[in-house]
Amino acid sequence: MSKTPLDTVEHAAATPDVELPWAELGLKKDEYERVVEILGRRPTGAELAMYSVMWSEHCSYKSSKVHLRQFGEKAPESDALLVGIGENAGVVDVGQGYAVTFKVESHNHPSYVEPYQGAATGVGGIVRDIIAMGARPVAVVDPLRFGAADHPDTKRVLPGVVAGIGGYGNCLGLPNIGGEVVFDACYQGNPLVNAGAIGVMRHEDIHLAKASGAGNKVILYGARTGGDGIGGASILASETFDDAKPSKRPAVQVGDPFQEKLLIECTLEAFAEKLVVGIQDLGAAGLSCATSELASNGSGGMRVTLDDVPLRDSTLSPEEILMSESQERMCAVVEPDKVDRFLEICDKWDVIATVIGEVTDGDRLEIFWHGEKIVDVDPRTVAHEGPTYERPYARPSWQDELQADDANKLPRPESGEELKDQVLKLVASPNQASKQWITQQYDHFVQGNTVLAQPEDSGMIRIDEASGLGVAIATDGNGRYAKLDPYTGAQLALAEAYRNVATTGAKPLAVSDCLNFGSPEDPAVMWQFAEAVRGLADGCKQLGTPVTGGNVSLYNQTGEAAIHPTPVVAVLGVIDDVARRTPVAFQEEGQLLYLLGDTREEFGGSAWSQVIHDHLGGLPPKVDLERERLLGEILIAASRDGMIDSAHDLSDGGLIQAVVESALLGGKGARLVVPDGLDAFTFLFSESAGRAIVAVPRSEEVRFNDMCGARGLPATRIGVVDGDTVEVQGEFSLSLADLREAHEGTIPALLA
Amino acid sequence: MTARIGVVTFPGSLDDRDTQRAIRVAGAEPVALWHKDKDLKQVDAVVLCGGFSYGDYLRAGAIARFSPVMDTVIDQAKAGLPVLGICNGFQILTEAHLLPGGMLGNDHLHFICRDQKLRVENADTAWTTDYEAGQEIHIPLKNMDGRYVADRYTLDKLEAEGRVAFRYLDVNPNGSLNDIAGITNEAGNVVGLMPHPEHAVESLIGTGRTDGLPFFTSILKKLVNA
Amino acid sequence: MARVVVDVMLKPEILDPQGQAVQRALPRLGFEGISDVRQGKRFELEVDGPVDEAALARIHDLAESFLANTVIEDFTVRVEEVAEAAK
Repeated sequence: MSKTPLDTVEHAAATPDVELPWAELGLKKDEYERVVEILGRRPTGAELAMYSVMWSEHCSYKSSKVHLRQFGEKAPESDALLVGIGENAGVVDVGQGYAVTFKVESHNHPSYVEPYQGAATGVGGIVRDIIAMGARPVAVVDPLRFGAADHPDTKRVLPGVVAGIGGYGNCLGLPNIGGEVVFDACYQGNPLVNAGAIGVMRHEDIHLAKASGAGNKVILYGARTGGDGIGGASILASETFDDAKPSKRPAVQVGDPFQEKLLIECTLEAFAEKLVVGIQDLGAAGLSCATSELASNGSGGMRVTLDDVPLRDSTLSPEEILMSESQERMCAVVEPDKVDRFLEICDKWDVIATVIGEVTDGDRLEIFWHGEKIVDVDPRTVAHEGPTYERPYARPSWQDELQADDANKLPRPESGEELKDQVLKLVASPNQASKQWITQQYDHFVQGNTVLAQPEDSGMIRIDEASGLGVAIATDGNGRYAKLDPYTGAQLALAEAYRNVATTGAKPLAVSDCLNFGSPEDPAVMWQFAEAVRGLADGCKQLGTPVTGGNVSLYNQTGEAAIHPTPVVAVLGVIDDVARRTPVAFQEEGQLLYLLGDTREEFGGSAWSQVIHDHLGGLPPKVDLERERLLGEILIAASRDGMIDSAHDLSDGGLIQAVVESALLGGKGARLVVPDGLDAFTFLFSESAGRAIVAVPRSEEVRFNDMCGARGLPATRIGVVDGDTVEVQGEFSLSLADLREAHEGTIPALLA
Repeated sequence: MTARIGVVTFPGSLDDRDTQRAIRVAGAEPVALWHKDKDLKQVDAVVLCGGFSYGDYLRAGAIARFSPVMDTVIDQAKAGLPVLGICNGFQILTEAHLLPGGMLGNDHLHFICRDQKLRVENADTAWTTDYEAGQEIHIPLKNMDGRYVADRYTLDKLEAEGRVAFRYLDVNPNGSLNDIAGITNEAGNVVGLMPHPEHAVESLIGTGRTDGLPFFTSILKKLVNA
Repeated sequence: MARVVVDVMLKPEILDPQGQAVQRALPRLGFEGISDVRQGKRFELEVDGPVDEAALARIHDLAESFLANTVIEDFTVRVEEVAEAAK
């Protein structure tokens, strides 16, 4: 494109027959024809760049949006929701005048190509989404999924991803308080690197991405624009990538956390002085996205002079400038008389800031290069009126067979000795083992407000020092469950995250999600996606927790082999006083252990079936969201009224996994008795949902039992915190030392 | 009348507000100082806090050491102004040659964040009088470049003069020579350490211990009684 | 126009875990016979005007006070001629 004369709007109108590389830019033929129809002429090269990148799957949600609508249509009534789906991130009222914004996004493909930078820039992107809402970022979480733990490529990808998340997040001063690390061969070649962030602001500080007020200036600030990730958004993220394809410019974006830290501080200072009318971060699709979204959300049009964009590489063409995904950049709309002060603040923080355009009273987005007009579009057609696909979907032919392969029929341990052996295998398996080797590479303490961090059930941050008001967040997903039944699997992810928040004593308020799936062009994958979205939307409605935003990542597959459908759900909760939080660790010997909820024979998709039998089949555990809600209410009330000293949700690995974790974290063992009506195996390994274990001080036992009885929640006394072994009466006993060696040795042995 | 303790913010400082909070919790008045200002606003002591000043892109602390505020800090520290360097602050103090030796990347090449056990070796500095020599404490540690190195002569001198202020116990988390976690200058007014006492001042937050508070009460007592 | 290169290396007695990590990887990649690896930093300074004694002395000072920390690092300064080729 750079060799031909400048492709101006005028030139495009005069040369209708010029062939443009729309296919190489990822557009389909009918999409290109639609662009021509919208413009009434062929697009210029710059316009084509904008449309192609904004109409990519990654930016336009063209395959998913017909399903995602359910999150709005089925949204429960919620007083807490201040800003819903469609903005950079949702905003929730948490009381005392505070608002919290949070979101989870994927950076899957880039993290496979270049693990360190892919993961680092994933953190950078989600954090800029949070700043763009007007909030100070206060914490990050990272749900991660990799191929088999012992696969050589996992040893390449995982350490790079972890170092990238740490290298970037630690340098920004954001505590990393939660997330997951899951291994499964299905993620080989398609690791899932999801990143979530939380920000806090006062209600009046909420900012939106819109450009209003003719004459207001558009200011680009942050890093200079280089050739990073050109085509990244449209090619890397929207089609299964092909190693062999040569690339003119590097597709890998490189992050500079120091620059981002300055961007945070100078943006917050500008917000504090009320200098900003509208704001947008530059992420995927760079300036194309920021200018078209700001303009289309505002009341007027916008005129931009591309020559004024500060460049790192002076050879970039205008198309490349529009598509560049250089990191650590933001775009603000500022009233003319406040521009000087805005630039002064940027200068204070050594951040480059340049006026690149202004809001007009028209309705067009016009972009100029060397004095000539190279873009003249209705910004809404770029940002919001991309294609919508009703992709065909169908329940896969193998689904029945998979569900018929019942895990409950797998051979079970027949003696105490065999049980003991399987417990040790389970807690040492990569998915159930301690992830401390990973999480200790993240800063948990910075900002001085971390109340709980991984391996707690949810991360918790104090947001008001005086009152003790805090927020909690948990992210969960289980691709094995979702593979067996995507509708139920998505609800189980929601239920687990909800339960994890409640277990720490916080009240669940709202949901964000990151939906990771294979190719939408495969009807079986599309069915998984449709079912998962339906399940999540129905579940959120029933639990009263609206979806505030999120992210869809498709094409996570190699050839015909898609990843397990993996909806990752983040639940945000609020706690009035963080002093009342409930930790996982056993606190005091002699406290009574209670199992809350019902235990059934449910082994489909379980950790036990994976670790012992390398099996995936049957049905996932049943979901009862009313029960989840009741369990949550009990856990929150028990925390508030000081009836429990520790609590742990039961999920993958079942009861024994939870007991072992609580015991190791507290350095105190437990004596367990198999309750009447259950066999030891089911008691220890079943993954029935809607359950938790709690440690109740003896002085609180009557009160706690009365509360559970009155509310109709089954509460079964199963043992006592005691000694330095985990003992199941009549079956086996394991020393904490042996359990610790098994649980904590696995990951370092594989990766260190 | 309480003491005014300055906390310098460099571009890339991360624990500045946390350090200000710790000073407040101890009962002193925190004063924000800016790297571009030579003026120390007549504070009674200065804390250089943790973070990645200027991205630590040259060496940890190497660029911050040349900022305007450091000119004044260096002059006044030599004249007796109490200065505490935490993590990146410690790195800046060694780069500024207010403390001997230097800081390098952790020997295992990873960032490490852990609740670290330490022994207080010197309870006579301006920042450690509220501890007892030999006391064992837990303070969060979080860094990439925490490996303290110095030549043999310097190490011997530090040991002989009792200037190793803190030593790692149980685990040496970064390969520091002689398990050194923190040191003091000869006069005892300048102290640097890698672990973060400002993250151990409230029982609810972080590791739930308050073993770091005596840093701030020590200096407060010294300044108020002076 | 000339380029001055400043190479900064850890002093020989200081442990270099990054160099060691590289060295440990060599046999795995089929490279034998390399007994030690040290990793350092290279700075390329594009100098306007002639690189005379005075200029080199200034760069030496710069390297000593800023680019290297002589407590832990050694450095060398050398001139590298660059061809005046059109870009």
